[in-house]
Amino acid sequence: MIADLKPVVTLDNVVIGFRENGRILFENINLALWPGRLVCLMGRNGVGKSSLIRSIAGLQKLIAGKIAISETSDNREIPKQISTVLTERASVANMQVYEFVSFGRYPYIDWKANLSEPDHEKIRASLSKVGIVDLQDSNVSTLSDGQMQMVMIARALVQDTPIILLDEPTAHLDLNHRLEVMKLLKSLTRELNKAILISTHELDLALQVADEIWLAGSDKTISPGIPEDLVLNGSFDHVFQFKGFDLKSGKFHHAPFRDKPIVLIGESHAFLWTKNALERNGFKVVTRYDASENHRYTVTILDEEGKISWLVDDNLKQPQKTFSIENLLSIVCALPE
Amino acid sequence: MTSKTKFSWFLLVALLAALFILDLLSGSVKISVAEAIRAISSDRGEDIHREILLNFRLTKALTCILAGGSLALAGLQMQTLFRNPLAGPDVLGLSSGASLAVSILYLGTFDIIKGQSASASWSIAVAASVGCMAVFLIMLLIARKLRDNVSLLLVGLMIGAATSSVVSLLQYISNADDLQLYMIWTFGTLGALNWAEIMILGIVTLIGAAVAIYNMKALNAWMMGEYYARSIGINLSRSRVLTIISGGILTGAVTAFCGPIAFVGLAVPHLVKLIISTNDHKKLIPAVLMGGASLLLFCDIIAQLPNDIILPVNAITALIGAPVVIWVVINNKSVKV
Repeated sequence: MIADLKPVVTLDNVVIGFRENGRILFENINLALWPGRLVCLMGRNGVGKSSLIRSIAGLQKLIAGKIAISETSDNREIPKQISTVLTERASVANMQVYEFVSFGRYPYIDWKANLSEPDHEKIRASLSKVGIVDLQDSNVSTLSDGQMQMVMIARALVQDTPIILLDEPTAHLDLNHRLEVMKLLKSLTRELNKAILISTHELDLALQVADEIWLAGSDKTISPGIPEDLVLNGSFDHVFQFKGFDLKSGKFHHAPFRDKPIVLIGESHAFLWTKNALERNGFKVVTRYDASENHRYTVTILDEEGKISWLVDDNLKQPQKTFSIENLLSIVCALPE
Repeated sequence: MTSKTKFSWFLLVALLAALFILDLLSGSVKISVAEAIRAISSDRGEDIHREILLNFRLTKALTCILAGGSLALAGLQMQTLFRNPLAGPDVLGLSSGASLAVSILYLGTFDIIKGQSASASWSIAVAASVGCMAVFLIMLLIARKLRDNVSLLLVGLMIGAATSSVVSLLQYISNADDLQLYMIWTFGTLGALNWAEIMILGIVTLIGAAVAIYNMKALNAWMMGEYYARSIGINLSRSRVLTIISGGILTGAVTAFCGPIAFVGLAVPHLVKLIISTNDHKKLIPAVLMGGASLLLFCDIIAQLPNDIILPVNAITALIGAPVVIWVVINNKSVKV
């Protein structure tokens, strides 16, 4: 893909599944992770995203094929190449964040478990990179989901590996924390040249930050691609089979259920949000260019020095003026069809 | 190290020292501090106080220290291995194995154990060790087959239940005299060891502690769960076998010489974590060694409070330990490992 780069992980005809019951999740997978690139693994629930991540991390045996980790042929060296954040909560009672994060140095220290000054520097640097220096003396069992996720990422960073795998790092987080986590991961690829693979259900976030998306289909395949290509060639629609969601416009498709089309006149954000509200409530919205004589109702958005108001005109009475979309909706809903 | 943790360590050491001295001074023959110092500093071999102190009370106090420390360390490792606060040395079925072997010896009316000869006490010790080791070998074999620690815990419980029921059957069919001898053994004894036996117990304690210390990185990592432990380079099967070896020989030696002393292994790790709030095994291992020694010394002092008789130590450990653990649970709302 990028000529002078070498992949850090190469999956070569890999078959993933469960040996115990012979269930195959993915067949003949050929993929690669590259330094400095963020890959989002997406797919429906139960398709095998966690198994793929565990397999790359060497925590689950392959059924067939080979996963090559650059610079190592010895499985015992994987902890120095790959750090992993799984969905399991690694909650340890009675332990401070600093101590918990220091577990990331374990691949590098002997049985005495003594941390050297460079180890401590790595830990401090990771805590500040993730922005949780103020949490370092907190007990891990008292942290919120979002804080714990940051701690888990800090622990992975402390492990100082070129490859980081994260299984649903944004699950259970609020919008702010989701953005924060994604922004952080993105900056790790840019600033520290990490190869990062995350599995996620956050389509909107993935489309905006991923350098590449691995789309796990129901036919035991994974199709890799640039997000925009996958949107335009319909791969997403095929995998997720969206019901009433138009990915190309990024919107839900609302079937109009009221027989009173509204001509909406206005500009910029106010126009978009008003349109959104009207469509969500079952109105067909037409622009003034598409309007014809049988369109009776007109909503005009007025912007008087930042003060937005809406003018509803039914072509009969005096136009009504209102100052919130909520009031606007109650007015247009009361209009006769 | 903060001043609070410094104080906690000082408290543990001071508690151990105070209980050790108090144990030396307590017993049916009243010996004051001044008399004790005089007796030990004098060279006259025929001094009765010197004889009592060196060959009876000192051996008993040392037995308390070694046995208490061993059981507590075995308990700590079992609780960490199984991530279960109710695990203890008895849980792997080790004590039950020892009990079964000894009960066969007593209830099978073998001549070798009749009377108070040295061969009697040694044959019991050997039988208990053999019983422990037999269960221990079974557990090692099963540990290689089983993937997760909880299954191992369940197997241990089942082996314990099976051996206990065999002991019950033996009790049911044996005569009253044999049964009484066996019952006395199950009460536990701390005062029956001579210097040679204490040496053996001491060496086994050292080996068990050395294995635990060598394994402490794995013990720490386990608290995060098995996947995370592996992802930071812990060899799960090797460290699991090391834990079983350490727990097995510690429990085996104590049970061989002192009988099946219950509760110390279960209660001490919880009690120690009240004093030293940590989950780092580098600190926990020395802490539980001291804590276990202190608890058993304390139980021995209580056992000697009545003037004429010495109470069975097993009754005391449970009587003191059980309310304390209940109190801990109620105070903390939950018990954490």
